[in-house]
Amino acid sequence: MSDEVTAEIVTTHILDLARGGRRVDGRGPDDYRPITVEPGFVTTADGSALARIGDTAVVCGIKLEPGKPFPDTPNAGVLTTNAELVPLSSPTFEPGPPHPRAIEVSRVVDRAIRAAETIDLTKLCVTPAEKCWTCFVDMHVIDHSGNIIDTASLAALAALSHATLPSKRFGIGDADTPLAVQHYPVECTFTRLGDTIVVDPTFDEERAGQGRLTVATDEEGRVVAMQKGLVGAFSPDDVKSVVDRAVAHGERIRALAREG
Amino acid sequence: MGSVGAKDVPVLMTEDGRRIDGRRADELRPLRIQAGALRQADGSAFVEWGANKVMAAVYGPREVHPRHLQENNKAIVQCKYNMAAFSVDERKRPGLDRRSQEISKVIAEAFESVIFVEEYPRTSIDIYIEVLQANAGTRCAGVVAASVALADAGIPMVDLLPAVAVGKVAGHVVLDLKKEEDNFGEADLPMALVPQSGRLVLLQMEGHMTRTELSKALDLGVGGCRKIYEEMKRALRERYAPTGTASAMEVAA
Repeated sequence: MSDEVTAEIVTTHILDLARGGRRVDGRGPDDYRPITVEPGFVTTADGSALARIGDTAVVCGIKLEPGKPFPDTPNAGVLTTNAELVPLSSPTFEPGPPHPRAIEVSRVVDRAIRAAETIDLTKLCVTPAEKCWTCFVDMHVIDHSGNIIDTASLAALAALSHATLPSKRFGIGDADTPLAVQHYPVECTFTRLGDTIVVDPTFDEERAGQGRLTVATDEEGRVVAMQKGLVGAFSPDDVKSVVDRAVAHGERIRALAREG
Repeated sequence: MGSVGAKDVPVLMTEDGRRIDGRRADELRPLRIQAGALRQADGSAFVEWGANKVMAAVYGPREVHPRHLQENNKAIVQCKYNMAAFSVDERKRPGLDRRSQEISKVIAEAFESVIFVEEYPRTSIDIYIEVLQANAGTRCAGVVAASVALADAGIPMVDLLPAVAVGKVAGHVVLDLKKEEDNFGEADLPMALVPQSGRLVLLQMEGHMTRTELSKALDLGVGGCRKIYEEMKRALRERYAPTGTASAMEVAA
């Protein structure tokens, strides 16, 4: 996109370093930036978390409201995921209708949550075909220094893990109960820098890179979602090794999401 | 995957390894590609693949609209993937939904990875994909059609871009899912291959797969793409063979 510029000298420097397995911020190819999760960041939400990976920050808020099941899934609740790349997070984001890159973030996070069956949607059904819980997962990217997908996905998982069904408020039950989370998908994103594939790319590394690959794995080490994005290519062997690395990182990041 | 609230799950794999339409795990649905199917476009192609009918047109390199998207050192690649309202069982609301926008984005990025964009600065190469009849695997059919259309338009590329979805149904890793397999299966993994380099420029996945299954799926998909590649070249030769002078032939060779 023409609205994002990384100086050629920066790109060249990133690629030169990568040849020796090094990175601008001193990390190795398989190192994440520091990760922190703060569950319950927003008290007006039914579940929330502020996740940070390096200087990238995403706030996720969960809202649970009564709604109507979709006609083709009368026995299940509804899950809606949305990511906002708000203008305060980067000089390159402008107000307006959702940019395709925001849509991609929402859909990639949504895909992992849905495919992993993170929440048992049938438990969100109140009266078949008539009444169910609608679970809104809203993610606000507030500081964009690269790797929005992993940060947003971590914020969403942490928020869901600490969410409560507000049954009392809506007269659906006598007591509020925790939202039952049954699986914990974690997304790990990689970028190709020449022949080196690095995890958790910074903003400049994403711009300098030749293709991005996200792999979501669950607690049993299964792959639940993938997305290749941006211009570039990966061989099947690249994909297989990236999957192994994603499983390893997933374990550590999953623990952070669950405990906070 | 359509597992929540799903009813009447059909038998997706028989004991002797036949799928719902009688195919083996590694068999493609019948594929027919026609290069140059439209009159006005700079390049076009029509793909009939199983029960999918997909038309693709390419315009450009031409002036960039909107102008602010213009790049001074390369062409931009824009893609619009669109499903017709009548292409699915229940009428689809016309217009761009989020799914279409995401698919358009990954397809544009896949093609920008193989087109020599630096040859055409300050221009746009516009790819339009219309899904007229859908039966799973429309984004792959769209990539195949668009790739042949790009060759038909004489756009220089590293290679053609065959694409196919691999999936998992009833515990088996299978090639080229049809609708029932997509709806009731356990995983779907669309991919597009650059045959010359053996690398993937489009890759998505949703569902459940172990690492072993995933590895098998990648290999199965690459094999499928190589078969589709032959069909794509055949379609281009069929269009250009009589005179044999068109520039698209060099791209297809």
